[in-house]
Parts: sequence; structure tokens; C-alpha cells
Amino acid sequence: MSKIVLSHIDKFYGENHVLRDINLTIEDGDFMTLLGPSGCGKTTTLRVVSGLEKPQHGTMTIDDKPIIDADAAFYEAPSKRGLNLVFQSYALWPHMTVFQNVAFGLKIKKMKKAEIEETVMRALKTMRIEEYRDRYPNELSGGQQQRVAIARAIASSPKLLLLDEPLSNLDARLRIDMRAELKRLHKETGTTIIYVTHDQVEALTMSTKIALFKEGEISQIDTPLGLYTNPIDLQAADFIGNPRINFIDAKGVYNGDTLSVTSEFGTYVFAHETLKLDEEIPEGEEFECVLGLRPEMVDIYTEDPHHKNTVAAKVYANQPAGSETLITLTVGSVEFLAIQVGLVEYDMNQEVFVVLHPGRMNVYNKKTGRLIKFAKTKHKAGVDD
Amino acid sequence: MAKKGWKRPKMTGKRFKNQLLSVIGNPFNMIVFFTLILLFITIIIPLLSMVQNTFVVAKSELRNIPGAKVGDYTLWYWKYLLASPLTKTILWVPLRNSLIIGAFVTVFSVPLGALMAWLMVRTDIPAKGLLSALILIPYMIPSWCKALSWMTIFRNPSMGGNGVLSSLGIPVPDALASGFIPIILVMTLHYYAFSYIMASGALRSINSELEEMGEIQGASKAQILKSITLPLILPSILSATIMTISKSIGTYGVAARLGGNNPDGTPFYVLATRMKDFINNSPKGVGYAMSILMILLAAGTIIVNQRLIGTRKSYATIGGKGTRSNLIPLRGAKWPMTIVIVLFLVAAMVMPVFFLVMESFQIVPGGGYGLDNLTLYAWIGELQNAPNPAFNQSGLFRNSEFGRALLNTVKLSLIASLITAVFGQFFGYITTRGRGKWYGNAVEQLIFIPYLMPGVAFSAIYFAMFSQPRLGGLIPSLYGTFLLILIVSIVKHFPFASRSGSSNMMQISVELEEAATINGAGFWRRIGSIVIPLAKNGFLSGFLLSFISIAKELDLIAILMTPKNYTLSFLAFDYSKEAMPQVADAICIVIIVFILVTNQIADRFGGNVSKSM
Repeated sequence: MSKIVLSHIDKFYGENHVLRDINLTIEDGDFMTLLGPSGCGKTTTLRVVSGLEKPQHGTMTIDDKPIIDADAAFYEAPSKRGLNLVFQSYALWPHMTVFQNVAFGLKIKKMKKAEIEETVMRALKTMRIEEYRDRYPNELSGGQQQRVAIARAIASSPKLLLLDEPLSNLDARLRIDMRAELKRLHKETGTTIIYVTHDQVEALTMSTKIALFKEGEISQIDTPLGLYTNPIDLQAADFIGNPRINFIDAKGVYNGDTLSVTSEFGTYVFAHETLKLDEEIPEGEEFECVLGLRPEMVDIYTEDPHHKNTVAAKVYANQPAGSETLITLTVGSVEFLAIQVGLVEYDMNQEVFVVLHPGRMNVYNKKTGRLIKFAKTKHKAGVDD
Repeated sequence: MAKKGWKRPKMTGKRFKNQLLSVIGNPFNMIVFFTLILLFITIIIPLLSMVQNTFVVAKSELRNIPGAKVGDYTLWYWKYLLASPLTKTILWVPLRNSLIIGAFVTVFSVPLGALMAWLMVRTDIPAKGLLSALILIPYMIPSWCKALSWMTIFRNPSMGGNGVLSSLGIPVPDALASGFIPIILVMTLHYYAFSYIMASGALRSINSELEEMGEIQGASKAQILKSITLPLILPSILSATIMTISKSIGTYGVAARLGGNNPDGTPFYVLATRMKDFINNSPKGVGYAMSILMILLAAGTIIVNQRLIGTRKSYATIGGKGTRSNLIPLRGAKWPMTIVIVLFLVAAMVMPVFFLVMESFQIVPGGGYGLDNLTLYAWIGELQNAPNPAFNQSGLFRNSEFGRALLNTVKLSLIASLITAVFGQFFGYITTRGRGKWYGNAVEQLIFIPYLMPGVAFSAIYFAMFSQPRLGGLIPSLYGTFLLILIVSIVKHFPFASRSGSSNMMQISVELEEAATINGAGFWRRIGSIVIPLAKNGFLSGFLLSFISIAKELDLIAILMTPKNYTLSFLAFDYSKEAMPQVADAICIVIIVFILVTNQIADRFGGNVSKSM
């Protein structure tokens, strides 16, 4: 059992306010990813949780046990928090063998020798590096070092495992392997994990929950699917997803019940229950808004499919990339990107028909930049939305 | 950026207790605390105490200052130094001599060092491996040994005997035997090392692509040198210049040996030698006042240097990729340039050692190298069998003074360098881990102070502090004790030890320690299991380099010496004043061998003499 609650955490470096009122609850067994561009405070948050940094304000509990109470200057020692950390640089001790690295923390706990041997070997086996037990870190490849670092962190069976951009020093292929490895590790051990990354693919593929950071604040906490389909503001929408989401300028009118949005694509009317009513939506007047359209939500036909949401479009450019093809399209003055699976050939300036699904689009208030209409998170094939 | 600044929460009993516990419970804080106290006691208090001594009447001046009592406040010492009929002889003339020496040493040694650095780093000069292994050896020979060696060659009857030249019937003018010329030349053959080390460091860090870019733009070799290479290494040359000035003004041993007399028969003084005479004789207060002037002079030049370089230094060390440089072909200048370096090595290394060795085997110094004038006496002779009635000492290995001095030297170097190296690692730990924090800066600043002071002035401070009982007798007078010499040697080497410590600590990433913290290791466990094993080699090389530096030290301990505590350096210095320089020569050779061997060992552990400047 380990439920971590951070509330009202503030951290300053001198004048610099690096963490602003961080509130975060991590449930037992979560794989919580802290996602954001560099310098947004995600690593600092991780270090606050680990005990390597002391915030000036706020509290933290693990299973309701106070860990941080900044007002009382109380900070539990890192080693008493029942957690372990994998550093971005791995921080393997170069003068110790793999075995000694992993055994270090266990020795400090005064574990018996035979037990240490057994625990270390179990951790090494889990990470599939038992044959390297007597090597020194500099005799290992980057990927192997990474596994040692993780083995060292899990050897003490922490209730909470912290990972600070652990894959950023690996090459692309190893990264995919290690993603699978970490996901299995999470399933097998059931350990709560906090994972820091700036790579949205890592966040989306591995996490059960994602906390999106922006300039020292958390802007959104959601499941990967929730974050992907309904980013809370324009910046989040822009950050999540590759290729990027299309933004289409539009005019909206809200009559207190439905929201109708007019753009080059025509006019869509969104039902009351799809609106995010805690946000600012001007009532009874026309206001500027932005449609968010994911490239994979665009269906392209060469002949008119006679669908109610069909628009005529023109191919501006075509980028086949093997497993997928990126197509830049124009409708009137609007230019947007679509993606199709596999190799598809279009000619430049070819006339095509695109089917758009308004139900799967997001709407943002341009003035506040905030989401005002949810996209559907689930849609069945063949159903019009 | 902050919406609102952080407001300190109200102080409650609980908050206070927790804060106190976390400060006291952290051994690191305690170490910082005791370090600051230690530095305050060993550096600030002695310095203040010396300043105070220049304003207080001492017993020996009672007859000079009518109506004064011991301990009265007085300006007499400063007036004596700065505004008395003697001012010209005791201050202006020595100051002028020091400045002349400093200026000429700089003018000769900086271009010499820079040229050799350029040849060794950037050109295709032949036998580079061998030459670069040899080129810093002259610097390892103590400067006063080179002074002794100069005397073996150029001694003339007015210096009390014959050297090689005068024994061959070649008259040696007094100007070559003593005074400005020998002092300047000997120092040049020593302090070239500063500009060599700094310029070669800067040259190595220059990306050759910068020069190649100039070539692509159509610049000639000379233009590239003038407009690209030189400006890039200028900051380090400037640094070396200032250090050379500061060091050569502060050097005692060379000037004391080679000063001799002025043409009018009065002793030739520089600041350092004049000051030591005041301190060993009287009035001491004047000596202290002079050493304050010397400290200000040295500190001033170094601070000016930091001001000048501070902002520009950054671009002198452009690192990163592409450091593999294409060498510049010397073509026709190849052999002449090689000859320049070989001549330098002959003058600065081969000749000094050769003539020291040869003279140590002579019965009459300057008596030629015929079999009838050769003996092993200086090494193993006994006084009753002395072949020369002028001899008043047994040979080295039968001489109890040598045995004692050897023991003292080993004891002093071993204990002092061990303690300095340990402290150095702690200082390095504090300054690297506390970088940008007040205590890190405070430690860094305090440690830098001994660096600003010439050795002879630094020991004057300790002499002033400890030549009388302090704290109402709680601390007895330490003058004449081994302890005082030990403390001086330790504290004077703090800056260097701390530099080697911090470069060592910089290599141990903080994350390695944090990983141990997370695994439950406390401060001492971290130090024991992570920091010390990783710092081992750096520690060892730092230890050996301070060992060398302390073993050859003369300037620093000259003021504090009493016969019981003679070290090899001081013994050699003392003997060289007598009619029997052979034993002094022999001791020099022992010291040189000792230094070279230790340096070889240090080299094994990554130590480098260039780090011990």
C-alpha cells in the first residue's frame, strides 16, 4: 500500500519560484508520469518526493504518514520514505561491481549475507543481467548500465519507485525494449511508480496516469487517453501528439444550451452534455474559438462518400514514410495535416473528399486558451459522429 | 517570475526544534562550521595579530622610543619604515631592486615560456615526447639550488672563493657573480614554468578549427598567429605575467644567496631579504610592516589579474569537440627551434645539476677537476681525515646534522602534506558541494589568502603571532618548535591542496552521493564508501605534490628556523654560506633526486607538477 499525497508544494531557488502550488495524489499501484518540456519542474517534483530537495512550503504524506511538513521544517530522511530512485545519469558507483552496486543499500540495512546474495540475484534476474554480476559499470553498455540502475533501485523492494528520465540516454531501439521492460516490471511488482519524462510517447505508452507540467505548475492530470483526446488547453494540445494536432480558427455562439461553431468546414452544433461548463464560455454573443483536429481523425476519399460531414479538399503535399503517410490538405484558406496508415499516393493539387468527425474534435476558447468542448474518448467504427 | 515571494512561516517551537535538529544532525554542517573556525584561527587571526604588532611598542624598542611602555600604541615602526632618514636604504632601494628583478624576470621568462609552449603544443618540432617530458624538470629543481649552482660556476673571490670560471683563469666580473644579473637569470630559468604551463594549457584548449577557419578566409600563418591564436591565449599569458611578477618579487632564497654586495660594499637587498633581516634582528615591527607591504604588493597584482582576466577568461578555454589539432609545420625553423629548447634544457637542467655534482667531489671548490682535487669527502668523509683544513664539517652521510635534517625533512613533509591533503579534500568537498552558497564562497575566499602572500611574508605573520606566549600563557611561545614550522607549512599549502581537492571532488558527481543517500547511507558512510574510494588517486597525487613542495621549501621556513629544526633545504642554505659549499651541493643533489623520484610516483597516480603552481 502506498498512496502519495502532495499538497500545496512550493519550491524556490533564491528568487526563482520553480514549483508553484503543486497538488498531486498518486494512488497505490499507479504508474504516474510527470510530463513536460525541460525546465518545467517535473524533476524537481520528483526530487521533492525523494527527499533530495526540501520545499519551502507544503505537505506530503505517504499512506497518511507525514513525510513533509514545511511549516514545521519537518522533512523525513530519504532513506526512511520507503522509496528508491533511478537517476537520469544512472549514478552507478564506478568503483563497485554490479553486485556491489545492487547490494549497497541492503548492506546498510544490515541484511544477512545469504539474504543479500539472494535478493541481489533476484533483482539481477528480473532485469536479466545476472551474468554481469562481477563486472564494473564501465565494462557495460548503456542499456546494461540502465538495467543495473533499475536493479539497484528495486532490490530493496521499495513501495515507491522513482525514475528520472531513465531512457533519455539510450538509443531509439533500446528505448522501445526498455519501455516494455518497465511496463512488465510495473505489472509484476505492483510497485507504485513515478516517472519523469519529456517524451510524450513514453508517457502515453507506459503510464496509468499523466501529470502535465507547465512552468512549475501542473496543468492537467489525466489518463493517457484522457490527456490525448482532451488536452486541457491549447498548449497542452500542441504538446501532446505527434504529428501535432491541427488548430482551425472558428467563430462560436453559445445559446446557453448548445454551442455552434462555424469554420471553413461549415457549422457544427455541439450538444450541451459535451461542453465543459466550468470554463468561460461567452453566452449569447459570437466569440473566437479554435477547433482541435487530430490528423488521424481525418478520413480521405477520392470519390464523394456521401457522408453528412464531407468537405471538398485539395492535396497540398504528400509525405509517404513507409508505415504511414502524412498528407497536407487545404480547405479554402485552412491548411491542415492528415495521416493515413501505409503508403498512399496522392498527386499535388489533387481534389479529394475528406470526412471530418465533429464529435471527435475539441473546441477551445481562443481568449482563455482553455478547452470548452470535450471530444469523445471512444468511438466505434462505422458509427457517425 | 514569482507571483509572490515566499514568506517565511511563523516560527513555532516545533519548527525551531526541527530546523535546529536538521542543522546539528547533519555532519556536513558541522564540518563547514569547524572549517570556517579553523581558517579563521589559522589565517585571519595571525594576520590581524601581525598588523597589530606594527602598532604596538615591543620591549626591544624601549630605548628608541622615549617614555613609551611595552604594549603602548605607536606609529614609530611605520614612521621608521616610511618616513625616516633610513627610508631610502631600507625601503625604496630594496623595493626598487625587487621591482627591477620582477620586471626583467617577467620580460625574459614569459616570452620564453610562451614560445616553448607554442612549439611543444602547436608545431611539429622533433622529439616532442622526450622534450615535453624534460621541459618542466628545471622547474622541479628548487630555485635556490639553481642559485647554488650558479655560484659553483660564477663564484669569484669577492664572493669568497673560486668557481669553475675563475679557477680556469677567466676573470668573472662582480656583476656576474652576484646582484641583478644572476638573480634575474636564475629566476628566469625557474619562473618560465608559469607561462609555459598556462600558455600550453590555453593552446591545447584552442580548437584548431578556429585557426583553419582563418586559413580558409585567406590569412597567412603569421596573420593567424597574430589575429587568432595570440588573442585567444592572451588572458592566460597575462595571468602568467602577473604571477611571475608577484612570485619573483617575493622570492627570498635566490636573492639571499646571490645578492652579494653592492659596488660600494653595502649588502644588496631586495624586499624579502631586507624584511627577514629586520625580523631576525630588530626592530621586528619594521619587518612586520614591510611584510604587510609585500603582501599588499603581491595581493594587489593578483587581484588586478583577476579583475583583468575575470570576464575574458572564459573564452580562453574553449573546449568541446574538435580538439584534435593539426600541427603547424616549422619547415626551415625546425632545427633552430629545437636547438633553442635544447639550449634551454642545458642551461636550466643539465648544467646546474652537472656542476653541483662536480663541485661536491672537489677538495677545493673551483680548484679544477684533476684527480688531486677530487674526493668523496663531501659525501662520506670524516672530519679528522679532512683533506682541506678549511673543512669544518664531516661528509654528508657521516654528519649527524644531515641525519637530523633528513629526519626533520621527512617528518615535516610527511606529516604536513598528509594533513594538508586531507584538509584539501574536505575544503574541496565544501567548495564544490557549496558552490554558490555563502559558506562555499567563504571557504574559497579564506583559503585563497595564503596564496596572496609570499612565503617569507607568510611566515613573518606566524612569527609575529607565536614568538611570544598568547592568551595569557595558554598558548606558549612556539618559536623554535617543530609544531610552528609544521603549522606554517600546512596552512601555506591550503590553497594548493584545496584546489587539487576540489578538482578531485568535481569529478565525483553529486548524484553518486544522492544515490547512496536514497539507499540509506548517512554522511560518513557516503564519505567512506563512495567519496574516499573515488577520490583515492586524486588524493594520492595531491599528497605527493604537496610532499615535494614542502620538502623543497626554503622561503617559507627561513624566518622560523632554529638549528634543532633544520630541514635539508635550510641546512644546504646554511652550509652554502660557509667556506665549504661541497656539502651544500651534495644536499642539493639529494633533494633533487628525492623530488624527481617522488614526482615520478605522483605521475603514476595522475599527479602533474603543473598543478602545484
